[in-house]
Amino acid sequence: MNMFLENLRLAFSSLSANKTRAFLTMLGIIIGIASVIAILTVGNSLTMSVSTEMQSMGANNVTIYVDKKDVVQEKRENGIVFGKSEEDHDMTEDDLITDEMIYDMMKAFPDTVEAVSARMQMGAGTVTKATDTVSVNVFGVSRGFFVENKLTFLSGEPFSAAELGGARNVAIVSDKFCRDYFGEDGSSCLGREIDLSVNDMSITCTVVAIYEYQQTMVMLGQNTVTNLYLPITTAQNLNHSKNYADMTVVTKVGVDSNQAAKELKDYLNGFYRSNPYFEIDTYSLASLADSLNEMMGTITTAISVIAGIALLVGGIGVMNIMMVSITERTREIGTRKALGASTTHIRTQFIVEAMIICLVGGAIGVALGLVLGALGAKILGYPASPTVGSVLIALLFSMGIGLFFGYYPANKAAKMNPIDALRYE
Amino acid sequence: MDSRKVVIHLSNIYKRFYIGKPNELEILHGVSLDVYDGEFLAIVGASGSGKTTMMNLIGLLDRPTEGEYIIDGVNVDGASDKELSVIRNRKIGFVFQTYNLVSKTTALKNVELPMLYAEVPRKERTERAKAMLELVGMGDRMKHLPEELSGGQKQRVAIARAMVNEPAIILADEPTGALDSVTGRTVMDLFHKLNKEEGKTIVLITHSPELAEETDRIITLKDGNIIGERAGKGKS
Repeated sequence: MNMFLENLRLAFSSLSANKTRAFLTMLGIIIGIASVIAILTVGNSLTMSVSTEMQSMGANNVTIYVDKKDVVQEKRENGIVFGKSEEDHDMTEDDLITDEMIYDMMKAFPDTVEAVSARMQMGAGTVTKATDTVSVNVFGVSRGFFVENKLTFLSGEPFSAAELGGARNVAIVSDKFCRDYFGEDGSSCLGREIDLSVNDMSITCTVVAIYEYQQTMVMLGQNTVTNLYLPITTAQNLNHSKNYADMTVVTKVGVDSNQAAKELKDYLNGFYRSNPYFEIDTYSLASLADSLNEMMGTITTAISVIAGIALLVGGIGVMNIMMVSITERTREIGTRKALGASTTHIRTQFIVEAMIICLVGGAIGVALGLVLGALGAKILGYPASPTVGSVLIALLFSMGIGLFFGYYPANKAAKMNPIDALRYE
Repeated sequence: MDSRKVVIHLSNIYKRFYIGKPNELEILHGVSLDVYDGEFLAIVGASGSGKTTMMNLIGLLDRPTEGEYIIDGVNVDGASDKELSVIRNRKIGFVFQTYNLVSKTTALKNVELPMLYAEVPRKERTERAKAMLELVGMGDRMKHLPEELSGGQKQRVAIARAMVNEPAIILADEPTGALDSVTGRTVMDLFHKLNKEEGKTIVLITHSPELAEETDRIITLKDGNIIGERAGKGKS
């Protein structure tokens, strides 16, 4: 302990004796460690931003849709093999997902399914008031839709069972629509009747709820068309269709949505076994998030390898300067040996010195990397910091570099012949 | 005289270099010498006489090719490098012509150095180093760096460093060689004082006959042989 503290003191006094040289030597280590830490920070920030984005898009959603079966090959008379072309089989009402299937599925997976969001796209519609018209996108939706999309209700509530079951003429509109249409503050349009035209049909419906319109980046500045929601049953009546081409299942918290996507697909395909052309396919955003994370990991690794090369070069720089330092201090080494220092004493002294150079360089690198990383993360908009573990690993790694590249020069110093060392000019 | 304790016993020492090569060189041709406790001994000789080799052997910086060397009752034949460094640390105090203080290290820390390798606890190290610096008259320069000291002051710090581990002998190689005559005188006076008052055994290696005269006994080396041994004026 005595000796160790003394070695630390020696190392620091040797560093402070040659500040410029020590700094230049450390530079390689500083750059290497700083880039690793900065990249880890930015990487964490990116990963966080991706997963946050995914979460808001619904990482626990499983999208279920009707898809064509793998192309069935058909041998024609002339022997040429054709794939079935798309027009050959249009999706008919019978190929779609029915309410019964959804009901059965919900019964079969009570622990997986939180809500089912079925959606029917009606297309563009207009709401007329005297001479004014306001455009809307019209959708028929189930209750689950509001769970899936996490809409914020300013007033009113999602469609009730009665409204859905009775296929009532009710609508949920955005606050933006209210302002555009009534020129008023949002809540006062609740309960008003509006005349909606969609697909050459007209209905009069009552506004039962108003949701908060979230302006997205893409839409910024444009005069946007907001969504108007009707009960799915009302939409079915208007469209003369009862079934769905796609739906979204919101899985319960803690359910692996990748796994759920597979199970639901297998279950629903039970209904399609006899269907020659169509089947059910599913995907979850979680799987997309996974592959994005994996990609981030690959990029991080690649840049870390480059940083590793910087550290290697830095380490060689440390070794070089240690060789110079040892040559300069040959007489000191000889004196120490004459005074009773063993080879171990001398070796330890110089290894500690090399390790301190690298450790100080590593610490400066960590500080610089944290600053750069924080800046990068700020630009990306997601504050993030590298884990304490990665900072510790960076510091340990830089000490390791000191040990590795300091050993050879230190050993050379330790093996010096004291007579020659004392006589060295 | 023979009743006194023998601190250094050299018996039939040979030292050869480049052994087995065409240019093999024998520097010492069977030298025998006993140094007694409390003695102030001078080894004199012209350059090339084998003085330096002799001092390296006595100081355990080198090993004899042949012959027996016992220092303070320890036979160094067959000692490992590590054991030699321990013996150097405990039994020998070096004083060099060029002081060889460790630069950028205070006088106090320089004197502490041998005790550091002897693993003396920190507090005791500082106390002993201070006491030793007081003894050599450097009590007011303890925090000075070697660069801030004069040649004579540096040599006094070096002497304090040589004595701090209570070695069996102080081995001084041309200690006044780099000093002017006045400063050289003060250093020699210090050696006399340490020899008389502290009972230190001192081996002085020099090419100066005048300095050698001041000691108790003078050994003259020539061409690797001891050609003379006589009492000096210091002998009383």
